[in-house]
Amino acid sequence: MSENKTEISVEALRAGDREEFSRLVDTYSGPIYRLALKMLGIPTDAEDVLQNTFLKAFQHLKDFEGRASLSTWLYRIASNEALMLLRKQRPEITFSDAAPEDDDNSDYFPAQFTDWCCLPEDEFLSSESQAALDRAVQHLPETQRIVFVLRDIEGLSIEETREALNLSETAVKTRLLRARLHLREELSTYYGERLDKRSKE
Amino acid sequence: MNEHEHSKCRSLLGSLSDYVDGSLGEELCEEIERHVAECQNCHIVVNTLRKTISLYHESAAEAGEVPGVVRERLFRTLNLDDYIRH
Repeated sequence: MSENKTEISVEALRAGDREEFSRLVDTYSGPIYRLALKMLGIPTDAEDVLQNTFLKAFQHLKDFEGRASLSTWLYRIASNEALMLLRKQRPEITFSDAAPEDDDNSDYFPAQFTDWCCLPEDEFLSSESQAALDRAVQHLPETQRIVFVLRDIEGLSIEETREALNLSETAVKTRLLRARLHLREELSTYYGERLDKRSKE
Repeated sequence: MNEHEHSKCRSLLGSLSDYVDGSLGEELCEEIERHVAECQNCHIVVNTLRKTISLYHESAAEAGEVPGVVRERLFRTLNLDDYIRH
């Protein structure tokens, strides 16, 4: 999420400047909506998260200490909102940080070794391909999904991701690696089939 | 046990994220490069892992703005009706 051309004034926001708040909303609503959509997969749910994020931001502006950037602060609120909604929808899933963060990545050891990078570019640009990418993200455990979305889709640094999720660097890195390996497996299945299909044509 | 699952591949797996992000120390980088030059499966894993990340990165760049009606509802919810049209 890149800061706008004219930087948003935290002072003006705190002073209740509504025009400045509307600039904040316009600057960050795109990335926040995209994050929510990737996390939840359903546009109406993403809209709920979008609205709640800015409602909470408005309520808590006075608590914004400026230690993190405005964007990281908003990502933090949005991530919490998205995870809370998922928890509400599926209370049987535990969201605590129970995900093991040890060095044992054995469950994530690659099993697919098809080199599908050589597929023609149009293959990656199709709407079917885009749907496969979205589907794969939805299959990630939520705690990995949020790390992947922030780091690899929104382009936050490891440090910003850590700050937004209040996690240790090790936890962020472990979850990111597992998410990436998981997605690589799933995309290898999808594009491997596409490769097969093309070779038979 | 898959023939690929030998110890070197396993021991390097934990460093792959840092490697593709370019944030791995020089020594480990060289170790991975030496290994990948000899191990066809790891070579494929590194390439497809890079491609996976870049596909998602590109998909974000292509994802559009907030739909107009969603933006309008958002502005109304926030009592920012006066600023809906810029």
